[in-house]
Amino acid sequence: MEYLPNFKTHRPSTAAEAVKFFAESDEPRYLAGGTDLVVNVRRGIETPQTMIDLTGVEEMTGISDAGGGLRIGGATVLREIAESPIVRERYAAVAEAAGEVAGPTHRDYGTLGGNLFLDTRCLYYNQSEWWRASNDYCLKKAGEVCHVAPSGKRCFAAFSGDVAPALLVHEAEVELAGPGGTRRVPLQDIYRNDGLDHLATQPGELLVAVYLPASTAGIPSTYVKSRVRGSIDFPLAGVAVRLQRDGADVSDLVVALTAVNPYPHFVKGMDAHVGKPLDDEALDAIRDTVRTQAKPMQTTTVAPWYRRRVVGALARRLVSKLYEAQG
Amino acid sequence: MSKSMLSLTVNGRTRDDVVPDNMLLVDYLREVVGATGTKVGCDGGECGACTVIVDGKARHACLTLAVSCNGKAVETVESLERNGRMSALQRAFNEKLGAQCGFCTPGMIMASEALLRHTPNPNDDDIRRELAANICRCTGYVKIIESVHAAVAETSAKEAAE
Ligand SMILES: Cc1cc2nc3c(=O)[nH]c(=O)nc-3n(C[C@H](O)[C@H](O)[C@H](O)COP(=O)(O)OP(=O)(O)OC[C@H]3O[C@@H](n4cnc5c(N)ncnc54)[C@H](O)[C@@H]3O)c2cc1C
Ligand code: SF4
Ligand code: FES
Ligand code: FES
Repeated sequence: MEYLPNFKTHRPSTAAEAVKFFAESDEPRYLAGGTDLVVNVRRGIETPQTMIDLTGVEEMTGISDAGGGLRIGGATVLREIAESPIVRERYAAVAEAAGEVAGPTHRDYGTLGGNLFLDTRCLYYNQSEWWRASNDYCLKKAGEVCHVAPSGKRCFAAFSGDVAPALLVHEAEVELAGPGGTRRVPLQDIYRNDGLDHLATQPGELLVAVYLPASTAGIPSTYVKSRVRGSIDFPLAGVAVRLQRDGADVSDLVVALTAVNPYPHFVKGMDAHVGKPLDDEALDAIRDTVRTQAKPMQTTTVAPWYRRRVVGALARRLVSKLYEAQG
Repeated sequence: MSKSMLSLTVNGRTRDDVVPDNMLLVDYLREVVGATGTKVGCDGGECGACTVIVDGKARHACLTLAVSCNGKAVETVESLERNGRMSALQRAFNEKLGAQCGFCTPGMIMASEALLRHTPNPNDDDIRRELAANICRCTGYVKIIESVHAAVAETSAKEAAE
């Protein structure tokens, strides 16, 4: 008990009330499942004075049809998304990615919002207070240097959520509620390529829901990750692919990555493969393009060169699999 | 220190307690309720020793605030016995050597209990998948899988006899 700061907890029942509590509280944090935040609080990485517990906000849970697309509440638990027949049918990669997060118990109460707002991760950061203290902390929290790239002033901690790349390839938008009102933006816009500060949202903005558009419903997609233990671990590299084939040609190809940069992002240059058949040369080119855009650093126990190799290989494999399956 | 009123059921009994807002469910269960069956094995979410059932679903008591359980039903390993007799799962873990040192066992049993409630007849893959968040340093897992199967067999034999 003494290892947790002495915070106060609020349990709002609407999103508007949650936003209001946030604006009026001292050092507040939104708390959903707590599978990331409570770990970080217990390790002294986060020191909130107020917790705003979202588990009582009903409007933020559940999956519903939205004009041929879907609305998924921001506090919907990952198991519900992974097992939802309609998500599996329309946005396969999203269900697959949700089913690959952590272990089954985490998916029973870990939420989509928590997954998208996950803190970035690093070997030198996700450690206990005494571990970090004995290492003079680091740039991301309480320290002066980055142990991964000591000469610079940048943090390379990797965004390691599984679901974001799957939502990116299906062109998801997020509804954010904040002190200034509600807005809807493409998912990519809430991230920036900076391990210290990877969220481009305003302080206090709450992810109320994710919207998946009808335009990408049913286009074949898939997600895969590499990890140390197949049962439970964060991704070392994760790839989502959306691919539509028309005869011998690829008519639509979108690839997004996670865990190899401080933010999840689209792979640029995939359009070059649209309108053509997919041969081995094209697959090798896709693999190499992915490798150049993945910039993993020594933020995991596994070497960066391996993560770069594996992310390219996974992308090549998924693109080939989706193409062949529609042959 | 901020405190809140917590009204919930623990193992079927209604309780009202005033608890600190920053108290973890596992500390509430062990120190306030006195139900020490639930264990703590890691510094958060890695091992599954603290697994309990909240409103029918498995949950880590070490990552859950006690006050988040207001109005909910919490079940721990202590809830399984009936009049001093172990449940089929408990007996199977004991007899099939699914428990050695026993530290992971309350969490393993509660995760298995959650599994059997939504998948009453699991195959090996179901068991492996649904117990993947629970770590055991002793058994090598094979005996744990056998224990879950044995519990299912005992329960269905009993149902057939009735
Ligand atoms: C052992 C272990 C393994 C894990 N493995 C993986 C893995 O493989 N892949 C993976 O992706 N994750 C993994 N996780 C992390 C985590 O379980 C999931 O990412 C989960 O989805 C987080 O959701 P949560 O509801 O628990 O978030 P919380 O911990 O409650 O919140 C996380 C962050 O998001 C913010 N937040 C939560 N909800 C909202 C909202 N609606 N609006 C705005 N901000 C919000 C919180 O303030 C906090 O900063 C793992 C965790 C553990 C302990
Ligand atoms: S990348 Fe550097 S600054 Fe960022 S968490 Fe790791 S050690 Fe700290
Ligand atoms: S004590 Fe809760 S998961 Fe280890
Ligand atoms: S029996 Fe010892 S940890 Fe599982």
